[in-house]
Amino acid sequence: MRRWHVCSEMSATVSGSPGRISRSFTQSIPDMTLYGDVGTMRALRTAQRPRMDIRSAAALYFCVSVLMKRAKGQYLFFQVCDHLNLLEKDYFGLSFKDNTEQSCWLDPTKDIKRQIRNSQWQFVFSVKFYPPDPSQLTEDITRYLLCLQLRQDIASGRLPCSFVTHALLGSYTLQAELGDHDPEEHRLDYISDFQFAPNQTKELEEKVVELHKSHRGMTPAQADTQFLENAKKLSMYGVDLHHAKDSEGVDIMLGVCANGLLIYKDRLRINRFAWPKILKISYKRSNFYIKIRPGEAEQFESTVGFKLPNHRAAKRVWKVCVEHHTFFRLVSTEQPTKTKFLTLGSKFRYSGRTQAQTRQASSLIDRPTPYFQRTSSKRISRSLDGGIALHLLCLCVTGTLGLVSNGSMSSALLNETSLYEIPVHRLSLKLRVQGENIYVRHSNLMLEDLDKTQEDVLKHQASISELKRSFMEATPEPRPSQWDKRLTGSPATSLRLQAHGVRVLVLGIRTPPQTLRMPLSLCSAEKLVYSGCSFKCGCVLSLSCSLARYFFKRALKCSETKSCQAAHNFDMASPTLTKTVGINAESRSCVAVRVLRLDGNGDGEPGVLMTAQTITSESLCTTTTTHITKTLKGGLSETRIEKRIVITGDSDIDHDQALAQAIKEAKEQHPDMSVTRVVVHKETELAEDED
Amino acid sequence: MSGFGCFTHAVVRAVPQSLARDALRSGGLEVDLLKVQEEYEEYVSVLKHRLGLEVLELPADEALPDCVFVEDAAVVCGDTALVSRPGAQSRRRETEAVKAALTELGLNIVEMTDESATLDGGDVLFTGREFFVGLSKRTNQRGAEILADAFKDYAVSTVPVQDALHLKSFCSMAGPGLIAIGSSEAANFSAKFDVRLICDVCIYICVFEKLKDHMLIPVTNQEKAKVDGGLTCCSVLINMKKNI
Repeated sequence: MRRWHVCSEMSATVSGSPGRISRSFTQSIPDMTLYGDVGTMRALRTAQRPRMDIRSAAALYFCVSVLMKRAKGQYLFFQVCDHLNLLEKDYFGLSFKDNTEQSCWLDPTKDIKRQIRNSQWQFVFSVKFYPPDPSQLTEDITRYLLCLQLRQDIASGRLPCSFVTHALLGSYTLQAELGDHDPEEHRLDYISDFQFAPNQTKELEEKVVELHKSHRGMTPAQADTQFLENAKKLSMYGVDLHHAKDSEGVDIMLGVCANGLLIYKDRLRINRFAWPKILKISYKRSNFYIKIRPGEAEQFESTVGFKLPNHRAAKRVWKVCVEHHTFFRLVSTEQPTKTKFLTLGSKFRYSGRTQAQTRQASSLIDRPTPYFQRTSSKRISRSLDGGIALHLLCLCVTGTLGLVSNGSMSSALLNETSLYEIPVHRLSLKLRVQGENIYVRHSNLMLEDLDKTQEDVLKHQASISELKRSFMEATPEPRPSQWDKRLTGSPATSLRLQAHGVRVLVLGIRTPPQTLRMPLSLCSAEKLVYSGCSFKCGCVLSLSCSLARYFFKRALKCSETKSCQAAHNFDMASPTLTKTVGINAESRSCVAVRVLRLDGNGDGEPGVLMTAQTITSESLCTTTTTHITKTLKGGLSETRIEKRIVITGDSDIDHDQALAQAIKEAKEQHPDMSVTRVVVHKETELAEDED
Repeated sequence: MSGFGCFTHAVVRAVPQSLARDALRSGGLEVDLLKVQEEYEEYVSVLKHRLGLEVLELPADEALPDCVFVEDAAVVCGDTALVSRPGAQSRRRETEAVKAALTELGLNIVEMTDESATLDGGDVLFTGREFFVGLSKRTNQRGAEILADAFKDYAVSTVPVQDALHLKSFCSMAGPGLIAIGSSEAANFSAKFDVRLICDVCIYICVFEKLKDHMLIPVTNQEKAKVDGGLTCCSVLINMKKNI
């Protein structure tokens, strides 16, 4: 029997929370009050801490329950580093694949859940910043991990090198892992399990062995050092590549590295911009721009633009540049300007330590060399998504058990199913899957895409009917009976519909939460959500903001014509909605409508607050709080109005009607404004569930 | 970059008689064959005796008037030799003899067989850390790509060459981390590339007078210059020392 706390984040969501640099890592345990008593948790964590055991076999997989509230990326990352006994952490990071199969870095300052969203809960520990001079790293273990990463890079073809270099690096790998060449023990086939190059020939293996023999007497640490001395010279060492097009539409690759930005065309470097030469980097829509210092003969700065496949890719490149520049060039990270209100554009900054800082800190490391075992890389999983081949530690965080370490790592990990108790989240979404009744899950894209022009929005709207059509065709139309089937024990199958980048989550609502025993496939939060929460099925679409706007407008129309029974019923729910739990006979619904008029040009500079006022009005069953703020941005004033309407009533309240009503009222009061965001929360009170 | 610029062997080729009349050239000056021979002999003597290289001399081929300029036939770096495909049709067969010589020396031979690719060794500048390939009338993009494939360890950057025959017509390595470049071309070169980025050591774009730390051995090249021949054109330098 557990008590459920009401999610108290609503105000945060309603007013928006721009990414803030987190305070120093103080949160050591996630909000465990929801999951059990803290004491057990702590005991579990320390007791189960595995011994240092690095084996190179497979990527580090973390399966983290979606229930881990509020845990920031840093928490997980520090856990990993702890287990690896790694102190020089700043060069590394955790990455995951987002819903477009693109690798993204896990931002340590943000909630894990918010970043992962619909993607797989599968993290890979990799090198983020390749040190230009690895010999300056303080600890051998850091060098070892860097070697592991480079081995993976080489084997996957990400780091091309010549035949001789493949052989040389391979020979250092053997020396480090196997020690001196022993003619009795080491026949030719002893190395066939190792992968030294993307295409390994007999000739290469022979050369590797020949060179291995010549390293007699070298210690593993020395072999690693030699490995790195040679690897660091390779032209693609530490270069992070991105596909792009130049201003003429020609396919190129953008490479970000410690020295600057490199431009490649067909494997040839056609241009390079060292960091000192770059004055400004920016992105807008799907374009990425750099402003270059004028040359000796030139008078003016020049701007070079590149076209990325989409907005996200542009932002990704921008972020990578910011991070690399900060890490390698700056002595300390700049302090972010505190902004009170939502600002347009990303305020992302690299939040970690710079190389200068980490070197300084490293010089203070004064512990005896940690012992670690290098086991053979035989089981390098070829399907690694680029991370360090470490046979590890699968850290499973479950809702009830806390941090459990699973020492054995089998390749069947992905197929393993385990039973967990999962409290079911309640979501206040009504689900219907017919025709136009599509429930839209609101995302923060509202903020990111504010630079979209009206035309873009219209264009999106034009393609929406097509989207819907294809969505309908793609949906296998889940029915309640299917759900029951799934619940009884068959492994959850993932219902993943990809139609024009639209993802579908299947969620459920309005049912008494039950602790549900069900098969849960690890490494798939999507399945977790899918299987953990629903009895009645329905579909939730996570759409781009323009699509969301479309639904807004439809809703407004709906409310205007007073025909709220129209098919466009929808609730706008924020992502944090998933954290609302609990039931009650009596429920309160909170509908918040934010109305915004943008006078300004919204170019990202924080505004100056002019006025702010709060008005509260109450009726029989509703309480409306209106918060009006006026800010001055670049000479133009911007008015923001946030209305928070709390409706108290039975659970039988018609949310759609309430929402439509709220929107209607908001529009009536501010006719020259448009609704930009609607957030619906279901606030419930403590209750005891029936166990 | 230690060891850069150290060589043990050189491949050269004798001057054919047909050079005076048939060698490709941009100007229209008369060439004194005898003078060319003298220059060549002095050049080889310097390589052998002053610099102590082991010189492999290949015989001339009258059917190939430009064959003395062996540099264009191959690019050697480390233990790999890329046998090129010269841009000028008349020079294609020059590579045969050079290839044979390099094979004999025990280098790994990579051949440029792609018919859409052309590359003259004179367009390839190796700094010790990376390659610059001039895209000129004799060398094209595809040729540069094949070079990049042959030497995977190194970055290969392309430089457009407009007013000269080859990249190395106006620039060359003047020592580790040092590129010497003609003053008229200097602006273009540094504008396209942040030449200072090449290595940690500063690279100065300079004129020869500034090379005070170097031993300069003057060798006349006047006659060959009439057929657009530079100093580096006449040899392929190879380092056979095992440095692993």
